[in-house]
Amino acid sequence: MNFWRKVWAITWKDIISEFRAREIIISVLVFVLLVIIIFNFAFGAGVEVIKIAAPGMLWVTFAFAGVLSLNRSFILEKEEGCLEGLMAAPISREIIYTGKTLSSLGFMLVVELIALPIFALLFNLNLLTFEIVTITFLSTLGFAACGTLFSAMAVKTKARELVLPVLFLPLVVPVIIGAVKATGMVLSGQTWAEIANWLIIIGSFDIIFLVISFWVFRFVIEE
Amino acid sequence: MNVDKLKVLTVAGCLVMIAALYMIFVYVPTEANMGVVQRIFYFHVPLAWLAFVAFFIVFICSIFFLIKKDLKWDRVASSSAEVGVIFTTLFLASGSIWAKPIWGVWWTWEPRLTAALVLWIIYIAYLLIRLYVTNKEQRARFAAVVGIAGFVDVPIVALAITLWRTEHPSPVIFEGGLAPSMLYTLLVSIAAFSILFTILLLQKLANNTLESDINKLKEKIK
Amino acid sequence: MSDLGRDPLNKISIEIKDLYKTFDENAALNGISLRVTEGESLTIFGPNGAGKTTLIKILATIMNPSSGSILIDGLSIRDQPDKVRRKLGIVSHNTFLYQNLSAFENLDFYRKLYDIPKERIYEISALIGMQSRLYDNVSTLSRGMQQRFSIARALLHNPSIILLDEPETGLDQEALELLWGILKNGEQKRTIVTATHNLSRGLETSDRVLILVKGGIVYEGQKQKLDINKLTQIYQGHTGGAK
Repeated sequence: MNFWRKVWAITWKDIISEFRAREIIISVLVFVLLVIIIFNFAFGAGVEVIKIAAPGMLWVTFAFAGVLSLNRSFILEKEEGCLEGLMAAPISREIIYTGKTLSSLGFMLVVELIALPIFALLFNLNLLTFEIVTITFLSTLGFAACGTLFSAMAVKTKARELVLPVLFLPLVVPVIIGAVKATGMVLSGQTWAEIANWLIIIGSFDIIFLVISFWVFRFVIEE
Repeated sequence: MNVDKLKVLTVAGCLVMIAALYMIFVYVPTEANMGVVQRIFYFHVPLAWLAFVAFFIVFICSIFFLIKKDLKWDRVASSSAEVGVIFTTLFLASGSIWAKPIWGVWWTWEPRLTAALVLWIIYIAYLLIRLYVTNKEQRARFAAVVGIAGFVDVPIVALAITLWRTEHPSPVIFEGGLAPSMLYTLLVSIAAFSILFTILLLQKLANNTLESDINKLKEKIK
Repeated sequence: MSDLGRDPLNKISIEIKDLYKTFDENAALNGISLRVTEGESLTIFGPNGAGKTTLIKILATIMNPSSGSILIDGLSIRDQPDKVRRKLGIVSHNTFLYQNLSAFENLDFYRKLYDIPKERIYEISALIGMQSRLYDNVSTLSRGMQQRFSIARALLHNPSIILLDEPETGLDQEALELLWGILKNGEQKRTIVTATHNLSRGLETSDRVLILVKGGIVYEGQKQKLDINKLTQIYQGHTGGAK
């Protein structure tokens, strides 16, 4: 389908660009590592404390890392007026939204999938389970769906570094709550059936925000 | 809304508010469990309800603005958001005042208060994005997007927080049935605050419209 | 309404009716109506803030008008944006090139968006004389070379209408000559709309000129009836010497 071919052209372009510069993935990874270390000092080394605090630490880290990564998404387009080049091309605004969302999703997932084993190692927790990877994927999809909309807005305002955290974080609270609770439940040995409720909440958020962002994106990007 | 209708509304509002205050502080009997402080309930509930209504108005006006592109929808939305923030702040404050004598804490992560806190922040984000953007049309568009995204988020936020808190029960602010006298008091109070809300909204809207008219004239003179 | 350039036998490439664009109650474009015939080269002059760039951006579909209608080759921008966009090529002072990618990857990206076959990339690079640097990272290219690739990007899909937004700001002398060489000497009849400050080059490359002041057309004239001195006088008259 023509739609997906063009979406993929945009996503692939972002991937090549990031692969060359590696600026998003490396800086965000370093950030994640730093936050983990700081949390370690903040909470002390007690094993029981870590087990209770781990899901929260993990998802606060991922949420802030997500903000960093999303910010870059449209800043690259602002250079040399590339965003205008995209708007002048025979592609719908929705294609731009989908392409950028997929590339942001990709970058955030790469960071998270590298961070998970590091986290697991440093805190002696079994984070490399299928359940946690699923939770991570669904939650990151929600971040990307909602965050791409707001990072397009952010890049057009005066206070661009502030806009994304201030707008985006409150809206993704359900995802963070769901991810933290579900991760905690997996760590204490609960099964799919028990975490299902939370996955449904995160999933609903994903669908709702994919649809809404898809529809309103053009109002953000057009003048 | 012309000046006469507003005057009538203000007079009516004052009367209903006086009636409400009388009912809240004199008429309705003191509740058995919580004592005098329970009377905050009659402020707390209308405030919550109207904060929600305000946010709903922001949502509807945001949609209309994006479709019709008429800035008047944006003016109504922003007026409603401002009044809504005030009502949400009062709702949170009244919840806090209620919690202190009952549970000894200024704050409790009870589902309704927590959800209100997140919603309050989303409202503030709506007002902040208006600060960050200078161009009027762009500001209206961005605010509309936040207004829509925020409102749509409300049920999910509420659901997530409620599910989260049912696993960790904490002091609940209010529960239980209502005696008839309490119900009447509540209804009158809701009526009084609704009129107050409407007056504030209309005044704010009048201010915004006036400001817009002045700006138009300024441009013509240039 | 300006249609002095209209020859009843020629197609109308661009038709603008009552175009308004307001920013914060300030009318950047104040009811512009205009017709450009196929193959015509129209140059628009005007001081800063006259609305030239706004007009070009709206024609390029990068910006939405506040009201009014625009038909490109008879198609409405509002109803058939994609068809319209295929006909348009834009050169502005921004290159629209991604700095982390090679020139080839940039052109490959854009050709996918316009549904153009890959071979065209080699064709267009040859046309601008830059085949040797095709696979180099754009950030390693000099500004002049980047500008040439920007021209390649604009012409990649063989647009029938070219929009130039102050080309002399973005392109150096060599690149400008290359651009006009390609535009004027190709077999294809291209409609060209240029917004510029440069009176002499703007007049030279035009068939017809317009002067835009504060969002309105204040003067229109055929190139044949003008020389640079007359034009300068008229321009000064309308703009009070403003630059």
